[in-house]
Amino acid sequence: MDLANFLIQLLNSVQYGLLLFMLAAGLTLIFGIMGVVNLAHGSFYMLGAYLAWSLSSMTGSFVLAILGGALLSVVFGLLLERLLFRHFYQRDHLDQVLLTFGLIYIFEETRSILWGDDVHGVKIPELLSASIPLTDNLSYPVYRLFMSGVCVALAIALYLLISKTRLGMKIRAGAFNRDMTEALGINIKLIHTVVFAIGVALATVAGMIASPISSVYPNMGSQVLIMCFVVVVIGGIGSVRGALISALLVGLVDTFGKVLLPQVAGMLVYMLMAAVLLWKPEGLFKQ
Amino acid sequence: MSDALLSAKNIVKKFGGLAAVNDVSVDLWQGRIHAVIGPNGAGKSTLTNLLSGDIAPTSGTVTLAGQDVTGWNPEKISRAGLGRSYQKTNIFLPFTVWENVRLAAQSRTPHPAAWLRRATGIKESNERAEHAMELAGLQNRRAAIAGTISHGEQRQLEVAMSLATDPKVLLLDEPLAGMGTAEAERMVQLLLRLKPGHAMMLVEHDMDAVFALADRLTVMVNGQVIASGTPAEVRADANVQSAYLGEEH
Amino acid sequence: MSAKAHLEVLPRSLQVVLGLGLIALVAFPFVGTDFYAQMVSRMMILAIFAMSLDLLQGVTGLVSLGHAAFFGLAGYVLAFVTPAGEPVSLWWTLPAAVAASGLAALVIGFFVVRTHGIYFIMVTMAFAQMVFYLFFDNKVLGGSDGIYVNFKPDARFFDLENKRVFYYFTLAVLVLVYAFLRRLLWSPFGRVLAGIRVNEHRMRAMGYGTFGYKLAAFALAGALAGLAGFLWGAQTGYVNPELMGFHMSAHAIMMVILGGMGNFAGAIVGAFAFEYLLHWFKDLPTIGSVNLGKHWQLWMGMFIVLVVLFAPRGLLGVVERIARRKEAVDE
Repeated sequence: MDLANFLIQLLNSVQYGLLLFMLAAGLTLIFGIMGVVNLAHGSFYMLGAYLAWSLSSMTGSFVLAILGGALLSVVFGLLLERLLFRHFYQRDHLDQVLLTFGLIYIFEETRSILWGDDVHGVKIPELLSASIPLTDNLSYPVYRLFMSGVCVALAIALYLLISKTRLGMKIRAGAFNRDMTEALGINIKLIHTVVFAIGVALATVAGMIASPISSVYPNMGSQVLIMCFVVVVIGGIGSVRGALISALLVGLVDTFGKVLLPQVAGMLVYMLMAAVLLWKPEGLFKQ
Repeated sequence: MSDALLSAKNIVKKFGGLAAVNDVSVDLWQGRIHAVIGPNGAGKSTLTNLLSGDIAPTSGTVTLAGQDVTGWNPEKISRAGLGRSYQKTNIFLPFTVWENVRLAAQSRTPHPAAWLRRATGIKESNERAEHAMELAGLQNRRAAIAGTISHGEQRQLEVAMSLATDPKVLLLDEPLAGMGTAEAERMVQLLLRLKPGHAMMLVEHDMDAVFALADRLTVMVNGQVIASGTPAEVRADANVQSAYLGEEH
Repeated sequence: MSAKAHLEVLPRSLQVVLGLGLIALVAFPFVGTDFYAQMVSRMMILAIFAMSLDLLQGVTGLVSLGHAAFFGLAGYVLAFVTPAGEPVSLWWTLPAAVAASGLAALVIGFFVVRTHGIYFIMVTMAFAQMVFYLFFDNKVLGGSDGIYVNFKPDARFFDLENKRVFYYFTLAVLVLVYAFLRRLLWSPFGRVLAGIRVNEHRMRAMGYGTFGYKLAAFALAGALAGLAGFLWGAQTGYVNPELMGFHMSAHAIMMVILGGMGNFAGAIVGAFAFEYLLHWFKDLPTIGSVNLGKHWQLWMGMFIVLVVLFAPRGLLGVVERIARRKEAVDE
């Protein structure tokens, strides 16, 4: 593999990894802080893609679609948490699995009713549709760099939020010791709602920015969910840092695997997970 | 003098930079009760967990009946002859009292994993469970669901379960916790009945019980042993009086 | 996972109902049409699948989102060994398929059983998806189109191509598996599994090597799922990766919960109820311009959510509550 090809695959790995991180961060936060597993997390990703498609068709602007979609997803997350999820924090994981599986069915069918079952494309906005030339006949799409850039920006924002703001401090306190935090007068319920909404928003925005590359199709939620789970398992539940490192690792293994060992490419990530589990059954950065 | 049945030497347990247990040594002999006392957070429960295999020591050794069991997992140490009861009641709440004890006893039958026999019909485990029930005084409560019996009875069940595996060494973590006077007295009598047949370590806050039961006393404060000896010696120790007993009495 | 008390000893009333159900199943081919007999055959196969999961989930407390991998795998084994032109003997293919599923469960279990709680759920799902994609992505293994099983296995002493014979064969397997699992429940092994569910920590403190027991339960459950999968492949004549997929695993979980966990009778009830409900939703009529049946996923999803909210101990739990209330009134 020559340098230019290697660079392309490396950039692709990072881009894919960062996208997975957006999803895994939300999932691991929601589980780490509220103790609830959400199988429907992939559905938010799908929702994002479909929102990007219909909102950009409606408004003609990709940027407006993303902003609008982000806002809608926050509201959706708030409602979902208040009406449904908050009643499940203390319940069995089994009940949570069942609830969120039911939600998958509901979300899938609602999507089918609202947007149909066809595959759609989303146009890359003019501004970002160029490609950076690497060699005489190889170039790298600016849009993919944009995607990575957005993910990095959001990751930094998340980091700053959690470690540098008062809200973040309350979130960390609540994760560490719920009762004590409540006793100190902090509104733990509000914290949970905010964390949940952030998780939903991250997943939805990931779906939105990914849509021009991945297209918009019915099964996209479940495909990305499984990768997301693998990332969280490898990284360690509750650890956002673990999710980042694990997501990049998965991105590398998957991308280079498909190029170098195509016959076993599909299995490589799972083999990685199996290896990690043998060494550290609770993930690399267990909280 | 025969060797101690359980011998813990220079046990250290560090969590991050903090030493929860710092250079603690304990010996347990058959027919003797060794009480470990100290204020909350002294590291007594951590010590018990270290001896039972729930956590592994950072350094130090644990020897059980001549075997080095340092770092062994809980099931291996149990099979080597150690039984323990828990400070926070750790029983099978949905099962009957009898099933709780029977299941403990079943672990020592030659075929605890048999697929087709009826578990409740195995004579060997039934006899051992019956014996443990009698010792603990629970014969009349066998059919009650463990989650419905009184707190004191649950503590008795805790002890019965730790007896049903026929251990040589018994670690008892606050068996009198939350008990009223009459119940506590019954538990003290039970522990005295157990004394001849076992090497016992008792972690307790109830000073009356401790002085009634203990042959040796170790006082822990902040993870370290500040005094160890007979109850009379420890009572007279100036360090102990200022650090602990003085406040308690 | 759950320390809840599961209904293990079946009350007399329930035993009577089950007995009646068995009589109904025996009589059904004589009163129903061939089409419905096939449907009931399928329900019985799913009941065996559900019981295998109940051993893992209801008794041992291990919630597996990947149990269908072992179900589908056995079906594929049958598909691979059945030549295009003639049937293959039941008497070696059935044990082979069951052993294959059991072995796969043993291998996957070795990695998976060392995890706990939510991890366990996630890794079972991940490994099952791995198996799914293995078959889905490889034309050699049939790919996304799946493989046909052209002939039912040859049983020599009876003819499985005869729908009624196949029905009674399936019923016999159902009864045998039920009897075996009930026996297992009250055996020392079964009591250990129940103990692990309620308080694994204490089990270890009592000297039980819980990893080994959980692995054995995982492998046995996988083997029994394979038994069901073999029958499914034989009955439908077709296997595809969806049989190993996440949706199939989730359906199995739903069946076990719907009926009531931990006693195997609930799994049978749940399987029948769930399948019946699924068909009912899919057959809903078109009202005005809205085809209600087409959107069965929506109704199924809502039903699942309602069950979790209001009947988390399933149908048998509801029946038990009613029975207990009746007893209280009678006293």
